[in-house]
Amino acid sequence: MSGTTGRKSERLLNLLIMLLVQRHFVSKDRIREILYPGMSDDAFEKMFERDKEELRSLGVPIEVGSIDAYFDDEPGYRVRPDELSLPDIALTPDEAAVIGLATRVWQHARLADATTEAVRKLAAFGVEVDESALDIAEPRLSAEEPSFDVFWEATQERTPVEFEYRRSGATRTTTRHLQPWGVVRYSGRWYVVGLDTDRGQERVFRLSRVQGEARRAGAPGSYDVPPGTDVRATAMRLAPPPPAGETVVLVRRDAGGPLRRDAVAVETDVAGPDRRTAWDRVRLARSGSEVAEQLLGYGADVYVESPDEVRTIVIERLRAVVGRDS
Amino acid sequence: MSTQPAGAKDQVARLLTLVPFLHARGKVRLEDAAAALGVPAEQVLADLKVLLMCGLPGGYPDDLIDVDLDALEEPEGDGVIRVTNADYLARPLRLSPTEATAIIVALRALRGSAGDDTREVVDRALAKLEAAAAHGSGAHQIDPGEIPGGADLVRLEADLRRASGARRQVRLRYYVPSRDELSERVVDPRGIVTAHGSTYLDAWCHSADAPRLFRLDRVEAAHVLESEIVSDPEPPRDLTDTGLFPRSPETTLATLELDPAARWVVEYYPVEDVRPRRGGRLEVDLVIANERWLQRLLLRLAPHARVIAPAAYAESYAAAAREALDLYG
Repeated sequence: MSGTTGRKSERLLNLLIMLLVQRHFVSKDRIREILYPGMSDDAFEKMFERDKEELRSLGVPIEVGSIDAYFDDEPGYRVRPDELSLPDIALTPDEAAVIGLATRVWQHARLADATTEAVRKLAAFGVEVDESALDIAEPRLSAEEPSFDVFWEATQERTPVEFEYRRSGATRTTTRHLQPWGVVRYSGRWYVVGLDTDRGQERVFRLSRVQGEARRAGAPGSYDVPPGTDVRATAMRLAPPPPAGETVVLVRRDAGGPLRRDAVAVETDVAGPDRRTAWDRVRLARSGSEVAEQLLGYGADVYVESPDEVRTIVIERLRAVVGRDS
Repeated sequence: MSTQPAGAKDQVARLLTLVPFLHARGKVRLEDAAAALGVPAEQVLADLKVLLMCGLPGGYPDDLIDVDLDALEEPEGDGVIRVTNADYLARPLRLSPTEATAIIVALRALRGSAGDDTREVVDRALAKLEAAAAHGSGAHQIDPGEIPGGADLVRLEADLRRASGARRQVRLRYYVPSRDELSERVVDPRGIVTAHGSTYLDAWCHSADAPRLFRLDRVEAAHVLESEIVSDPEPPRDLTDTGLFPRSPETTLATLELDPAARWVVEYYPVEDVRPRRGGRLEVDLVIANERWLQRLLLRLAPHARVIAPAAYAESYAAAAREALDLYG
């Protein structure tokens, strides 16, 4: 660590201590005299501003107030001990143990570090941790989407975000403007919910479809999340509903395990399109192009009986492959 | 391990964590403090030297914080950190909004995988943290949802971890998607690994007589046996660099061209390389361990993916499509 860094650390820490141990507001002049001696007005102002910002970003709540009720043009500063420190959280050993486990949940470097940092602060209360008695397994939370950090922060700071978005199957991206309300995980993927300011409506976006960097587009705190917003419920409401309907397929004996597992009904030994194997009739409680796509994956082990829509999609898509080849 | 911190802000943050930690724990050795903070011992020593220059604004020697450097630097020193005159820094800082949110969301995720007794403990811990973080945390705006597969999957993982640690064999009922069949096999577990958002058991498979990765959400049942493993114990593979399908004589590199409708493949599967092409198409290189797996993927994508290489895969893909189409007469 260089000497300059060391000196700056000293200054920051001394500033914190000075504001913390005084019961009253400390005047700017006094701060300057003691911690920033021999500096020009300009250099002092700049450095003092930056130092306050750095302390605030560490979570030090620096209050600004007036020292003298009659001369409110002279600002003073202070840090209240009860605002600075963590309230005394009396953790029992088993609570400390689950909190210890929390450090291993995030598979995301920054949030794993933030969790570890939080646990270090809590550990200062001096609780010994014993994880062995816990009836718990350790889930992992990952967030591989590159835009996750920006949306996470923007959600917390209430900062509008601008990003390029590509809808499923679309070729082009469009620029979207969003006031993020929350970030929600569903089926292992992260979504952001918020107010789409171009459309004036609430919208949900899948983070993996955000192209390139998402950018902050406004100041922190520039909007409010509507009171009572339940981000999960909103995401569920806005997500495309699962296609309804029924699809009936014939499946070769010993094939299509996943189809059989979520079938509504299976009828064995039915007449099939060929006699190479026995066939079973499997009814699925869903329909639409996603089902067609899933069925295509089984190739000649699955034959679509109905509906026509799914059957047509399967036939046409296979024809497109074969036609191109011949 | 955290990334190597640099700069005054990080140093101050560390000191504001270290002093309360020392205050609560009493006698802490330099190495133990370094381990707890996740930084080298030399760094903690440099941090402590900064502390030596800090204190009350009076400027008298008694106003400064004192650190017993002799105990840390002298050969006969006992290595224990002694900080005095710093009582006003004895309490840890409040959690920052990011820290509060990160730990609360992590605990909510843990809650979903806990048994009833432990769930009650998690709830108590959550209540205390939420109260402590009352200002400024956006935790309620981040919802980790249910862990995919739910508590069963997490429990399966715990069982398999225990079996690996105890070197006990496991009988697996496992769904093999590329062959579309359920298999029954005995394996020697080596450990649990994660890659690309999925969790795998790395094990020596006695049916294949080779090491295999088993995706946990495809394990239908796992039964830990009394018998000990018979293969040589080995640590699980590290998949972070090599990917799921490390290049080996058994794997093939396939090059595909994907239409926009099939671009999602690069989000779901580990691809070696992606090259943008005209019209929003992508050319991707994919390491293939199993040709049937690729054929199923290609059929699913039909006709939005084309095989550029190897030519044999392109032929078998066309043949599979023709065979499927023939069913419809």
